[in-house]
Amino acid sequence: MPIRLPSLRNGVMFAGLAGFALMPVFTGVTGQPYILDITMRMMCLAIAAVSLNLILGFGGMISFGHAAFIGIGAYAVGIPAYYGEYSGFLQIPLAVGVSALFALITGAICLRTRGVYFIMITLAFGQMVFFTFVSIEEYGGDDGLVIDTKSEFAGLIDIEEPLALYYLILVCLVAALYLVKRIVASRFGRVIQGSKSNDDRMQAIGFNTFRYRLTCYVIAGALCGLAGALLGNFTGFISPDMIDWTRSGELIFMVVLGGAGSLFGPVLGTVVFLVLEELLSALTIYWQIIFGPVLILVVLFGRGGIDGLLSRLANAQR
Amino acid sequence: MDWTLLVTQLLNGVQLGVLLFLLAAGLTLIFGIMDFVNLAHGSLYMAGAYFCATVAEWTGSFLIGALAALPLTFMVGLAVEMVVVRPLYARDHLDHVLATFGLILFFDALVHLVWGPEGIAIALPGFLDGRVTILPGIEIPTYRLLIISVGLAVAAGLGYVVTRTRAGMLIRAGAANRRMLGALGVDVNKLFTLVFAGGAVLAGLAGLMIAPITEANIGMGNGILIVALVVIIIGGIGSIRGAFVAAILIGMIDTMGRSYLDDLMKLFLSDQNAETAAPALSAMLIYILMAVILYFRPQGLFQPKVR
Amino acid sequence: MHNAEPLISVSGLRKTFGGIVATDGVDLEVRGGEIHAVIGPNGAGKTTLIAQISGALQPDSGVIRFAGREITDLPTYERARLGLARSFQITSIFHDMSVVDNVALAVQAQDGHSYRFWRPARTDPVLVDRAMDALARVGLDGRRDDNAGKISHGERRQLEIAMALAAGPSALLLDEPTAGMGREETARMVEIIRSLKDDHAILLIEHDMDAVFALADRITVLVYGRIIASGPPQTIRADDAVRKAYLGDEVSDHAEG
Repeated sequence: MPIRLPSLRNGVMFAGLAGFALMPVFTGVTGQPYILDITMRMMCLAIAAVSLNLILGFGGMISFGHAAFIGIGAYAVGIPAYYGEYSGFLQIPLAVGVSALFALITGAICLRTRGVYFIMITLAFGQMVFFTFVSIEEYGGDDGLVIDTKSEFAGLIDIEEPLALYYLILVCLVAALYLVKRIVASRFGRVIQGSKSNDDRMQAIGFNTFRYRLTCYVIAGALCGLAGALLGNFTGFISPDMIDWTRSGELIFMVVLGGAGSLFGPVLGTVVFLVLEELLSALTIYWQIIFGPVLILVVLFGRGGIDGLLSRLANAQR
Repeated sequence: MDWTLLVTQLLNGVQLGVLLFLLAAGLTLIFGIMDFVNLAHGSLYMAGAYFCATVAEWTGSFLIGALAALPLTFMVGLAVEMVVVRPLYARDHLDHVLATFGLILFFDALVHLVWGPEGIAIALPGFLDGRVTILPGIEIPTYRLLIISVGLAVAAGLGYVVTRTRAGMLIRAGAANRRMLGALGVDVNKLFTLVFAGGAVLAGLAGLMIAPITEANIGMGNGILIVALVVIIIGGIGSIRGAFVAAILIGMIDTMGRSYLDDLMKLFLSDQNAETAAPALSAMLIYILMAVILYFRPQGLFQPKVR
Repeated sequence: MHNAEPLISVSGLRKTFGGIVATDGVDLEVRGGEIHAVIGPNGAGKTTLIAQISGALQPDSGVIRFAGREITDLPTYERARLGLARSFQITSIFHDMSVVDNVALAVQAQDGHSYRFWRPARTDPVLVDRAMDALARVGLDGRRDDNAGKISHGERRQLEIAMALAAGPSALLLDEPTAGMGREETARMVEIIRSLKDDHAILLIEHDMDAVFALADRITVLVYGRIIASGPPQTIRADDAVRKAYLGDEVSDHAEG
């Protein structure tokens, strides 16, 4: 069997993941823990973007309320911690479980609708979660909640140690990517993609697509809940601001910027988004005057996002 | 029971309802006719408020500010439609929401740059600043009564335009069947631009009317936009009548929920539990209503026509 | 197989859109091993009829039975699982998948096990082998790895049929399978449909009268949602009402030529 070179896409993916893995070495040498912090945030949001991509990119379900799951995941760490319960073995399953349950209930309603109704209803449910946390004074309301102690894993891993947390997040990101890769190629994944492509035909050949789409929605919600639990542990501070609908919009942008429906695209999108945000906001406090139009230009001219660019490059080389 | 409070809250509900209607009317027409989802509609609401605040500050008159803000918002609407929105009609909804999301970021930062981070208050003229007695023993702020009157008048006018005039006929025809417009020999581009800018004016009107109460501030349209979306979902996208019914319904339920839910819950729960749970539940109330309505009627209460 | 019991049986079917009656008291039967063609001018309600039988539209009144069981209120996907497959007038395929993947999805629908999240589906022999069988029946097996969006119009029509076949149905609802095809492609499609007749009950909607008279065992003529005639091809050809309402010169030519 001849040795096959990895495709440009796979090459970028492995290089990206290797970059994440080696980042602590780099920042250790250069002494810039600040960059390590940004990277951790990046990886948490990348997990969220990967989960959104599963429903949006592969399933065609444009959820504008995905940040709600980040919030649910983060509060599932914060609220037990508020009562002195720090066990990660409780918090993480709680984050994943409650997110899945919320996805099941809201998804059962959202997925009865299509198109723009779906977009707006997911948006509305996201706002519902936002206002709910804003109105609960006990957990800080608008001001949020400080997590003074990170999740404890019975001595298995101590994530108060930044490097341990860093690699825990990286492992979760890789696992999330692998999970999505397997799902997309599986029988279940084919149904999801078929439903995105042509739902009427799927029903005509005998699929009750609603149930598959709902299952997919629940998986994505649960995965995003995990991202939220990690993010809450990383920031040590959670507030309704994590759930604001503009956060959901940013997640969609990360997915589209990287390339919806490609495996690694959302990770690239998240990286570029956050780097751009860092650079522009260092330049001026009015950075969104530039960022907004960049977003519009990407929508107008950036078909297929970064992943689309990569595949065009790869084709041009041939 | 405190009747003054009840009447005041009812009127507050109507006030929120008419404001929501002004926002929702533009949203629902833009979606119904152009199949375009405009998340930046709240930015036009904000624009109306800031234009009014600025001109009112220069001239010392809220009324001149209000009159000047309407054509200014109209022009912003025209510009947005021609520069950003028009190339997007042929695209899918995902592109619409992303691009208009970009517009929100742009407008919020632009307002920050031009007017600074602080909100701007608008002083009301004396004759609007008082209170009027509407029933024996019950008086409410004059200005709130004005908002309600203007809102209802605009709603009635819009209802007339949409149901009785040729322009309205075209708009309804477009909402029911977009392709028919071209066949009728309508300049579709012009119609789209005018409807978009018209929607902008209605949003601007809502924004400038609320500004004397809340101040004009950055991002003021983003929260209410979501509620306006809930309104058009419940009302049925594309339906002006649905938008009106749903706007008043949502305005009432939201206002009443926030005022009375804790009392109501105290009938079933302990005082302490009721006071903890009521704010959360009242914040969720309109979304729960939306979920229930959609569960039974996925297309909303009024659907102009099956597409 | 030629059964006395009808596989598909429709009685008293009625559907209105606003004031327009699209289906007006239609009674219809299709037996195993039989091709029953429904013809009629544009707007006669032929596609509406298929949509109701397949479950995409709900009739206002009337009863639809399949293999003796009432299916009037069943959703589309359950009818498909019982063995009632349809093809679409406007080609309805998965444009972004390969030809074999299109058909494999249809096989998967019938095979079940779609809650498998881990094993790759594309190399699953159960799916691929049966998809290739269906492709072979319509003569598309040579195109297996081509992108479904890139093959010719005629081939896409064949793919439509293959997808309907892949679910292993006992009845086929074919909505204008030769729509937009050239003479040669039409002839090939007629042969394909003829070869399916033995083991399927087929309800055929078709505009091409040569194809209809070459294939049909029975013909029903629909005008404004109402059946004006039904019977064997010879009877229909001779029917005055049919000539006047619809067939006109075309059939005279056919009969003379």
